[in-house]
Amino acid sequence: MAKKEYAFYPGCSSQLRASAANYLVSTNSMCKVLDIKMTTIPDWNCCGASISYAGGSELSRLVMNARNFALSETHLPDQDIVATCAACWLGAREAKHKLEASPQLLADTNEALHEAGLNYNGKAKIRHMVEVLIEDFGYETLGKPVVKPLEGIKFAGYVGCQTNRPFGIAGESFENPKYLDKLIETVGGEAAIQYEQKVTCCGGALAFSEPEKSQKQIRDIVESAYDQGADMIVTPCPLCQANVEVYQSEINKKYGTRLAMPVTYYSQLMTVAYGGTAKEAGLDGHIIQPKKLQDIADKQL
Amino acid sequence: MNELNIKYHNNFLKEVEENIEEGEWIKMCMQCGVCSGSCPLGPYWAHPPQELFMMIRAGKREQVLRSDSMWMCTSCYNCVVRCPRKLPITQIMHGIAAYANNLGMAPKIQPTRDFSILFWKNCTRTGRVNELRLTLGLYFNDGLVAGIKKGWAMRNIGLGLMRAGRLNLFELFKGHECKDQKGIHAMLKKAAEIEQRHKHLTA
Repeated sequence: MAKKEYAFYPGCSSQLRASAANYLVSTNSMCKVLDIKMTTIPDWNCCGASISYAGGSELSRLVMNARNFALSETHLPDQDIVATCAACWLGAREAKHKLEASPQLLADTNEALHEAGLNYNGKAKIRHMVEVLIEDFGYETLGKPVVKPLEGIKFAGYVGCQTNRPFGIAGESFENPKYLDKLIETVGGEAAIQYEQKVTCCGGALAFSEPEKSQKQIRDIVESAYDQGADMIVTPCPLCQANVEVYQSEINKKYGTRLAMPVTYYSQLMTVAYGGTAKEAGLDGHIIQPKKLQDIADKQL
Repeated sequence: MNELNIKYHNNFLKEVEENIEEGEWIKMCMQCGVCSGSCPLGPYWAHPPQELFMMIRAGKREQVLRSDSMWMCTSCYNCVVRCPRKLPITQIMHGIAAYANNLGMAPKIQPTRDFSILFWKNCTRTGRVNELRLTLGLYFNDGLVAGIKKGWAMRNIGLGLMRAGRLNLFELFKGHECKDQKGIHAMLKKAAEIEQRHKHLTA
């Protein structure tokens, strides 16, 4: 039996052939080593993310989230719901808070859920993968399976917004959370601890609707990583990853910069340090190749 | 109620409190401006959050609801965690924006509003986001020619993502989706009915 079991809520971007497919691949590899059993919530749906506020009403957004909770409670009772996506985690937690605070909203939500043959009891706990790693395992345990320490790579730990605010990781500050730096060090890498853009917003969904304004943010995030001498950025958020990696070429075109900073996930670092192949770490899923990480992955033990 | 209370307790504040998610918090703002100074898109707001709060209290209904400002919110929650009065500012901004849009008072050309509506339609159609349709939907929002231009400008990014296995052209025909789409549509229809019912009760 696996050491720990969770109900997995991957979210829309972390599906195969979706924009964070390599986050899913590397998370699965990482969990395998740590003996974590992640069972996907059957037929889970989109949380609505933070951007759908003008499209969907308050109740309909709550109902979408509650459907996932109800499915999880039915099929995977007593397991914590674990999200890897920052927006899924935040959207779900916010929904759960609202349902806990208002008996009226809870009654309305369940009335709507009954149309889909479901009911929400308020039991399921919602957590981020990073919380599971830090709280249920701890840095020391996470360091034990390391067979290829990520020596010689300096990482800028880009925490971003939604895994950090408004809920954040317990015990961490909003202004300077340190868990990502600690995870980097746990797998033998060097953390750029002076990286001052670690909690700067990449623009989020506005990278689509307000590209100029968001790309200014992204440029700051990447240039600061260069200033710190980082070889690559690492992040826990799929939208941060996509925005910061994908738009560098656009910024170069517009401003004549020559940005080419790889952006990786913590799960990729851990997979490589645990001895996984480049494919198992999803390193084939980048536009800007994280060369130094690939070299370690390709190295024979 | 003393005279000052009566003076400031205008109808627009009441309207906002009754109709906007978390609107009842607005009277708590003490005008320190930390929210405005903490916003990543701060320079682009005609009226930053603290100003919007004061305008609401001063009854400036038209100026607030027709404003572009709250559509600049990136949902980064920096203002929320820094607010000394703990106002859920991000949620209030979303609430004001949604309310303005429902009343038909939001600016005609507002890309973030359009994206929000597009996103919701996209994700509730099958229960999961179809990323390709979402992106193309945004590009072609301003018409066919503009769409082709934007698509062409972004072609290298698209190709890069395809090569990386993160974008799939077949999504145009059949993308990621939920099995129980009927159930999802039925529960969303019910949610809309419930909200209508509540509106009639309070009206």
